[in-house]
Amino acid sequence: MIRFENVNKDFNTKGNTVHAVRNVNFEIDKGEIFGIIGFSGAGKSTLVRCINLLERPSSGKVYIGDEEITALSVKELRKHRKKIGMIFQQFNLFASRTVYQNVEFPLKGSGLTKEQKKQKVEKLLELVELKDKANAYPSSLSGGQKQRVAIARALANDPEILLSDESTSALDPKTTKSILDLLKKLNTQLGITIVVITHEMQVIKDICDRVAVMKDGEVVEYGDVFDIFANPTHKTTKEFVERTTNLCRVYDLIDENREIVRLKENQAILRFKYLERNISEALVSQLSRKFALDINIIFGNIEMIGDNPIGGLVSIVKGKSEDIDAAMQYLRDKNVGVEVILDGRNAN
Amino acid sequence: MEETLTKYIPNIMNKLPVFYQSIEETFIMVGWSGAISFVIGLFLGIVITVTKPGNILQNRMIYHVLDKIVNFFRSIPFIILLAGLVPLTRMIMGTAIGVEGAIVPLVFGCTPFFTRQIETTLADVNPGLIEAAQSMGLSNIDIIIRVYLKESVAGIARATTITIISLIGLTAMAGAIGAGGLGDFAIRFGHQRNQPDVTYTTVVVLVIIVTVVQIIGNYVAKKNTH
Ligand SMILES: Nc1ncnc2c1ncn2[C@@H]1O[C@H](COP(=O)(O)OP(=O)(O)OP(=O)(O)O)[C@@H](O)[C@H]1O
Ligand SMILES: [Mg+2]
Repeated sequence: MIRFENVNKDFNTKGNTVHAVRNVNFEIDKGEIFGIIGFSGAGKSTLVRCINLLERPSSGKVYIGDEEITALSVKELRKHRKKIGMIFQQFNLFASRTVYQNVEFPLKGSGLTKEQKKQKVEKLLELVELKDKANAYPSSLSGGQKQRVAIARALANDPEILLSDESTSALDPKTTKSILDLLKKLNTQLGITIVVITHEMQVIKDICDRVAVMKDGEVVEYGDVFDIFANPTHKTTKEFVERTTNLCRVYDLIDENREIVRLKENQAILRFKYLERNISEALVSQLSRKFALDINIIFGNIEMIGDNPIGGLVSIVKGKSEDIDAAMQYLRDKNVGVEVILDGRNAN
Repeated sequence: MEETLTKYIPNIMNKLPVFYQSIEETFIMVGWSGAISFVIGLFLGIVITVTKPGNILQNRMIYHVLDKIVNFFRSIPFIILLAGLVPLTRMIMGTAIGVEGAIVPLVFGCTPFFTRQIETTLADVNPGLIEAAQSMGLSNIDIIIRVYLKESVAGIARATTITIISLIGLTAMAGAIGAGGLGDFAIRFGHQRNQPDVTYTTVVVLVIIVTVVQIIGNYVAKKNTH
């Protein structure tokens, strides 16, 4: 549906060049929700703006369907842009227009009659559940409501693609959830392809099918959300995955030398990581029985991505030294990641 | 009523027709030069805004030339403009004196000021809105009209108010070189013939005009702020 071919974008400012996007090659499929994640300045916005040519690539081509949009004339491009909706972190609603007028705004020149426009706007407002706010001005709306209006506006010309640049970053977690649910609904009901930029792994986990991880203008990792989550290979991806769990808080405890992490010599702090799909075995109780270990879970974070559990546990394991080793081997054989965070056994 | 007025402002009462005429002249000068400055200033303000580097029709050359010209005229004191523009005024209007003679220098004195005001107002339009409009496939002319101008109505109303008020001040100054209007009236009678009641009354009338302009401006601005 959307294909990047060797896309590069440089910015020249006061003598020095910023390579905002480097050599990007990948494809976004029709009807999927595709996530692009990266830290600030990674080049996410720049890359996505190459899809509607708000930013023109310095080199490379961008295709939408079979059409090379980087080769379109200005006029053709404008027509094309009507088929690509875009929403933003700061909503970008027209303050001088009511909710109704904002949604109607892109319909000028669409050839619809006044009555048809009215029906269309009302249908869109219904879709985003804001019918009662039609005559309100944006300044009187909450952030979540503003983003809903922006979404309705972006959908006015029945786009095939919706670009979302940090559209939930200015919202609280609950509102974020409701906007993400709405995007998901649009995706399933209208079949619209959605490209989501975010710096929150949670957003990717919640709605994306596939994801690209960006760092310094490059796509460093790309694929199915579950795979990327389960087996992050690039450092940046690992950081993002790490952030969404509370498992790393164990390091804070260790730094603070808290009572609970002062280990006896028959104890170790281990971290288990679920790496494969369909792990449904009762791992903890098995370990405990088979290897006569006491297992005290201090942090746990297990989530479902699709139907698969993913995440891990941090626990203090107490038992004979060789049993602990055997247990670790057992887990590795089952393809569960094991990491020794602190070992009391060789402390003395 | 008339007796009281005659008692307190005798010098006005004995030349009421002249007084009325000078009020009318002030309105004519402000009206014409204001209208012309509004159109030119709005146009220049828009051009400077959209040609600014980074904006929709960026063009370094046009931007810098216009920017410098506006600055140039803004830095010339009005009294010098009045004298310096005499040849040009003669060429355009056929005369350099009276109400007609005042309009050209007033336009030159007022337009750069208004242009800057418009530019400041348009610069306040959130670039995100321009980006959103572009992403919807709007043409540049549509962006100017439907986004820049539409979003700036309140700001333009305020800019216009301030400009009209300063223009009223300029017409009074133009009066000094015989342009007619209230300024001329006050100088001729109030100052030169030492008739203080003329000066006071003129001031009162000017204050009333300015106040009314301000009230209208505030109303329009408020109506368009949401
Ligand atoms: N118009 C521009 N002119 C110059 N440099 C730019 C421009 N736009 C972006 N950049 C630079 O390109 C790089 C990538 O920016 P971009 O906005 O794409 O990052 P991002 O991943 O979207 O970051 P954020 O999460 O902060 O939005 C940054 O170093 C930025 O400073
Ligand atoms: Mg960005």
